[in-house]
Amino acid sequence: MSEIIIENLSRRRFLQGSAGLTLGFCLPAIATAAAGKLGAAAAVDTEINAFLKIGTDNSVTILSKHLEMGQGSYTGLATILAEELDADWKQVRVEGAPADATRYNNTFWGPAQGTGGSTAMANSWEQMRKAGASGRAMLVSAAAKRWNVGAPEITVRDGIVSHAASGRKASFGELALDAARETVPTDVKLKDPKDFRLIGKQARRTDSLAKTNGTAQFTQDVFLPGMLVAVVAHPPLFGATVKSFDAGKARAIKGVVDVVQIPQGVAVLASDTWSAKKGRDALSVSWDESKAFKMGSDEILAKYKEMAKTPGLIAANKGDTAKSFAGAAKVIGAAFDFPYLAHAAMEPMNCVVHLKSDGCDVWNGEQFQTVDQGRVAALFGLKPEQVRLNMLYAGGSFGRRANTQSDYVLEAAHIVKAINGKILGNPAVKLVWLREDDMRGGYYRPMFHHALEAALDGSGKLVGWRHRLVGQSILTGSPFEAMLVKDGIDQVSVEGAANLPYAIPNLTVDLHTPTDIGVPVLWWRSVGSSHTAYSTEVFLDQVAAATGKDPVALRLELLAEHPRHAGVLKLAAEKANWGTPLKAAAGERRGRGVAVHESFHSYVAHVAEVTIKKDGSIRVDRVVSAVDCGTAINPDNIRSQVEGAVGFALSAALSGEITLKGGRVEQGNFDGYPLLRIGDMPKVEVHIVPSTAAPTGIGEPGVPPLAPAVANAIAAATGKFLTRMPFNTTELAA
Amino acid sequence: MIKLTINGKVHQVDVAPDTPLLWALRDTLRLSGTKYGCGQALCGACNVLVEGSPVRACMTPVSAVAGRKITTIEAIDTQRVGKAVQEAWRKLDVVQCGYCQSGQIMSAVALLSQNRKPTDADIDNAMSGNLCRCATYVRIRAAIHEAAKALA
Repeated sequence: MSEIIIENLSRRRFLQGSAGLTLGFCLPAIATAAAGKLGAAAAVDTEINAFLKIGTDNSVTILSKHLEMGQGSYTGLATILAEELDADWKQVRVEGAPADATRYNNTFWGPAQGTGGSTAMANSWEQMRKAGASGRAMLVSAAAKRWNVGAPEITVRDGIVSHAASGRKASFGELALDAARETVPTDVKLKDPKDFRLIGKQARRTDSLAKTNGTAQFTQDVFLPGMLVAVVAHPPLFGATVKSFDAGKARAIKGVVDVVQIPQGVAVLASDTWSAKKGRDALSVSWDESKAFKMGSDEILAKYKEMAKTPGLIAANKGDTAKSFAGAAKVIGAAFDFPYLAHAAMEPMNCVVHLKSDGCDVWNGEQFQTVDQGRVAALFGLKPEQVRLNMLYAGGSFGRRANTQSDYVLEAAHIVKAINGKILGNPAVKLVWLREDDMRGGYYRPMFHHALEAALDGSGKLVGWRHRLVGQSILTGSPFEAMLVKDGIDQVSVEGAANLPYAIPNLTVDLHTPTDIGVPVLWWRSVGSSHTAYSTEVFLDQVAAATGKDPVALRLELLAEHPRHAGVLKLAAEKANWGTPLKAAAGERRGRGVAVHESFHSYVAHVAEVTIKKDGSIRVDRVVSAVDCGTAINPDNIRSQVEGAVGFALSAALSGEITLKGGRVEQGNFDGYPLLRIGDMPKVEVHIVPSTAAPTGIGEPGVPPLAPAVANAIAAATGKFLTRMPFNTTELAA
Repeated sequence: MIKLTINGKVHQVDVAPDTPLLWALRDTLRLSGTKYGCGQALCGACNVLVEGSPVRACMTPVSAVAGRKITTIEAIDTQRVGKAVQEAWRKLDVVQCGYCQSGQIMSAVALLSQNRKPTDADIDNAMSGNLCRCATYVRIRAAIHEAAKALA
């Protein structure tokens, strides 16, 4: 089902500044009574533009078109706008924007609103700057009229509008109503970056308070009058369906209100979560498994290895690779295996849907507005704009909430459809996935098998590179298919491999995309780079080892035409004292390893220091990172994201693995799918390359180079290159 | 009816005795700062303090804590240690998605109430039951040291 098509709009083209930008102003500017502000002298919020409201109480509310799932988007977008507005950071707060692609589209995704691909800052940079500058101009114009002075004589700083000659001052709040009546300027002057006061400084997160006192609102925290909670019995196999069910015992449980069959399984609706869970557990469901997917992951891997024996579709081709291998003095090769990975966000998937006479209200940590809105509208026979999405914080996502098939959102909508008209008052329904539903619900990072070969000439020079990948396509059948699947090649299957930055004269990258594997797959923080960075960077170290070259020196030699890769590599190596010996305790081995990778137009290098114990168990002691993501909007958030990416990626390297047996997912909770705990978290030191380039993302790019840096450190200490994730450390026992 | 003493207030809740404290707090009393993460006492997102000790609300039936003093994130700022921990968390911008942080804060408060000068090893030990998928662990360690400094 891909009735929603996302148009192609080149990110590069946007970065060159030629894409059309709109501030999506709501005209005429209107004043609305702010919710919760009661009383005769109630404060009102004036809508200055689609992204900015100024309250008569002197509050500055910035509307975020992007989901805040931890990556700091609310703070980042607010920083950009507040900078040009010259607001005082203390008066700034952020609200999630409604779903409205005409005003809040991701400018890299054409007419679609959504968050992903580490684009939040990059696609909003000019838009939010202009929204802030425009608001500032309207405040200045209002003050000039009120004081009967020329606008050029007026200055704005830290939320105060001043006229120096007359000594007059006004707060934003005092000018709000007049400013909203001003004409929206079409041409605004943006600041010279040297005058930035917030961008590049330490603007604190806007969500720290609510997230430390229990008041932050996640989907899980939505309570509406009469709302029912739904817990669903899902099929035990992908592709299985309900044959029949007996709800007798479930209905007998106190609190259970109804039991309904939906395409996704059988839903138990109750007055509260615990009753719904008890009801779900009491169901007896018989499943039709005749069309279900029944392979195990061992069998899938065996199939992939077989497929890797023949050439796939060409994803990249340079020079004459066959000739370079035919004439090589030495050929080395390696193969790598990557498992399915669950996103395992701390907040399992959930969604609240309320069907009303005039449309449908949805509450969700919403990552894919336009797609979800379209699908829910189609199910209910509504117009998309009748589906009103209320944006909430997401308790993590890592890609899971941007579901190409709107899986959990549609599941909630199907439950509402099934009870429509049956229950007095047509209550709202909160679909709650328990941890096991979330972990077994599919949409994993796809399993991949990679095979690489390198051709070396007589002097040890790397003259040829072959890289074959086998794995499912994420985007085929998704709204992004037209944009990102070209000639049978899903661009996100080969990203990081097909665009290998190293100067190798002859290179071939080819891809097999199995289409008969029934495991739903999805982007997982850093998408294709989550596996391609590993195989390419570990294999390059194998080349370095085979030719007796230093891993940093070899990379720099091959990166002459990629200064931003080279820049982060040099910075990380220097800060980590690359080349100096590491002390190891008796009976332990220690090593230092490096990896560099570009993803989403941001460049990250990690140097990892690792200790390997006698039994082969490893500990990552320290990671030194260097980052180039263009203009650093919030340096502290960049550090925070890279620290978190290190832990997230290390979790996958050490223990992340979803396995299937006879089609059944073997893991269900954090016992079977352990996540990194604090004791395994290394020290992390993050260095940011100063840059005036347009900002790019930082939510994902810290992930890809971490596991290869750790593997290369292990190899430096033991001589063994680990070729599967998660690591099999028993190979490392001394 | 079960009598629960939460944040200094007594509540009569009409739930089955086997109902986990987590769902009584969230669905019945609408104290939604305490989070559901796993339901199996594996992640610590549901940590509350019972008589000052961290307890996994998802596996604690309400019947087991009837009449005992329960503190949740909503009232942690009424304690000196709780306030110091929250302030340190804010000063260092520990949070990312924030979903696990109520539980992290409860564990940190319990640690600092027992040990005013924890080492990194003490912190790793006391916080080992709390998962953070965003891996804010570097800052959790730093914020606990920061709070310890403020309390000294």
